[in-house]
Amino acid sequence: MLMMILKRMMMAVPSLIGVVIVTFLLTRALPGDPAAYFAGPAATTEAIQQIRVKLGLDKPLYIQFVRYVEDLAHGDLGNSLTTGQPVGQEIKTRLPASAELTLLGLIVSVLIAVPLGILAATRPNSLIDHSCRVIATAGVSLPVFFTGLILIYVFYYHLGWAPPPLGRLDIFFSPPPQVTGFYLIDSLIAGDGEVFVAALKQLILPALTLAIFSLAPIARMTRASMLAVLSSDFVRTARASGLAPFTVVITYAFRNAMLPVITTLGMVFSFLLGANVLVEKVFAWPGIGSFAVEALIASDFAPLQGFVLTMAVMYVALNLLIDILYGVIDPRMRVEA
Amino acid sequence: MTNIAIESERPVPEAPLPAPAKATHNTGLGAALRHARYILGENAVTGFAFGLFLLIVLAALVGPYLVPYDPLASDTAAALKGPSLAHWFGTDQLGRDVFSRVVVATRLDFFIAIASVALVFLMGGLAGVAAGFFGGWTDRIVGRIADTIMAFPLFVLAMGIVAALGNTVQNIVLATAIVNFPLYARVARAEANVRREAGFVQAARLSGNGEMRILLGQILPNIMPIMVVQMSLTMGYAILNAAGLSFIGLGVRPPTAEWGIMVAEGAAFMVSGEWWIAFFPGAALMVAVFCFNLLGDGLRDIVDPQRRT
Repeated sequence: MLMMILKRMMMAVPSLIGVVIVTFLLTRALPGDPAAYFAGPAATTEAIQQIRVKLGLDKPLYIQFVRYVEDLAHGDLGNSLTTGQPVGQEIKTRLPASAELTLLGLIVSVLIAVPLGILAATRPNSLIDHSCRVIATAGVSLPVFFTGLILIYVFYYHLGWAPPPLGRLDIFFSPPPQVTGFYLIDSLIAGDGEVFVAALKQLILPALTLAIFSLAPIARMTRASMLAVLSSDFVRTARASGLAPFTVVITYAFRNAMLPVITTLGMVFSFLLGANVLVEKVFAWPGIGSFAVEALIASDFAPLQGFVLTMAVMYVALNLLIDILYGVIDPRMRVEA
Repeated sequence: MTNIAIESERPVPEAPLPAPAKATHNTGLGAALRHARYILGENAVTGFAFGLFLLIVLAALVGPYLVPYDPLASDTAAALKGPSLAHWFGTDQLGRDVFSRVVVATRLDFFIAIASVALVFLMGGLAGVAAGFFGGWTDRIVGRIADTIMAFPLFVLAMGIVAALGNTVQNIVLATAIVNFPLYARVARAEANVRREAGFVQAARLSGNGEMRILLGQILPNIMPIMVVQMSLTMGYAILNAAGLSFIGLGVRPPTAEWGIMVAEGAAFMVSGEWWIAFFPGAALMVAVFCFNLLGDGLRDIVDPQRRT
């Protein structure tokens, strides 16, 4: 088992190297002179020259790359042009907001999609099967930012159930003392029920938006994989032995059908991390996605580069985690490794 | 020699290709129409999606000449009016007619989707075919590029590319094509790989064709049906991706009429109840993507029924 994990971790190394090279090349591909760009519009020729030396831009490309990797190894992602703050620090403080939102979105999505997929698979061609298909196709067709806006209009403007879509917490509340950075968990640790409810209220709509978007692949994969497993011999045997339908479907079939669903989660995460940026913009969520969007508007490249790198590293790590999880669930994987 | 020649006429067993096969034994326009009607009759949903697709194409082609108002002309007296007979989709904060803007935007959005899909077909499709056909180093390099792109969350990579290369529509097309590259390369590689030693390829080789000629003249045409399905499946994603990029302020700039940017402009008015500014362009986007997805699914079911889920 440990060998498998180590082996899989080694396989993530080329991906990480690729990610670092691509993010490096993206900065060098910036239109115009990066030194003039980093110096700002009002800089003199000497100032630009100074920055060029300071950034090492007068050196050949491979030395620049080595310097870039060195900085990364020290956790240095450069400074923001507009605020002057280190990008790494900013991303670190904003990351929990994004992570809380994305994870809750994923949990909601799985809680809806998996039962839906199972129901659709146990009753093929029924009304539930067809509606599963329609919901799944409609879900991927809805642009996330559009879903978010519709939800805001219905639940905030019309029904007044949701709080204004302005960040993680109503301004009347102060955030709970930071332990994990997740407001839901931190408020529970602090034993502050009011803040928990307030944070949850802010989270529901954006999390639902993400869930609607990521429902489709999970529901489809659950349905397909359940259909395949339900028609297999061991399920037939279990049925013939007179086991309760619920036991057959959940204990026998579902546990075996879970594997492809978990693989799909990797793809779902790619969607979610991208959709996160759009949802954060719609709900004024103070996460790393809106940080990147603000930087984009100000043409501030260092934060954007840090953001792309952070997202990619997280994504590689998540895929690694999924693969390891796969090995935990499926003993056959362990034997092969 | 004759043996191989006969073999070359058989289709490859892994991928039966019904559409071209039918066209060979009864050619002509009438037969093609009959075949199309047969396919559409088989699946009403695909037929519906096809109708929708024609409507979108029509709007993209002649929409700008038919709309009642100039999409860029502002009229502050009529600003922020709800849907009415004069303005079917209402007017925005500058008094521009939302209906005209939504229709006119079809051309740009459709163009971005078509252009990026065509571009990724050229890049990913050709690279994938070469990788699957030649194997070895070509395969390793293409595979490595695809893996590196796949290591990023796709939308995030697209953001980075557009931000780095410059904020233009061309770069949106390029970025959308690049993030779709692995998908195309993989499908093309797998399909080319199973055909590299097929009878018709060996026959072509024996008749003295060069490898490059076989690749372009024999392999590529044979995997086209699968690639076309792939293109229609990714078309919806391409539109969503482009609209998402312009929603966060990349690529298309105001006052250009484009669905993503129109939703972004209307977003601020959603909380004060003026829903129509963001709703109609968003709905147009949704309908277009829905249509492409249904069409892609339908085509896939016809060409490659086994991959249906």
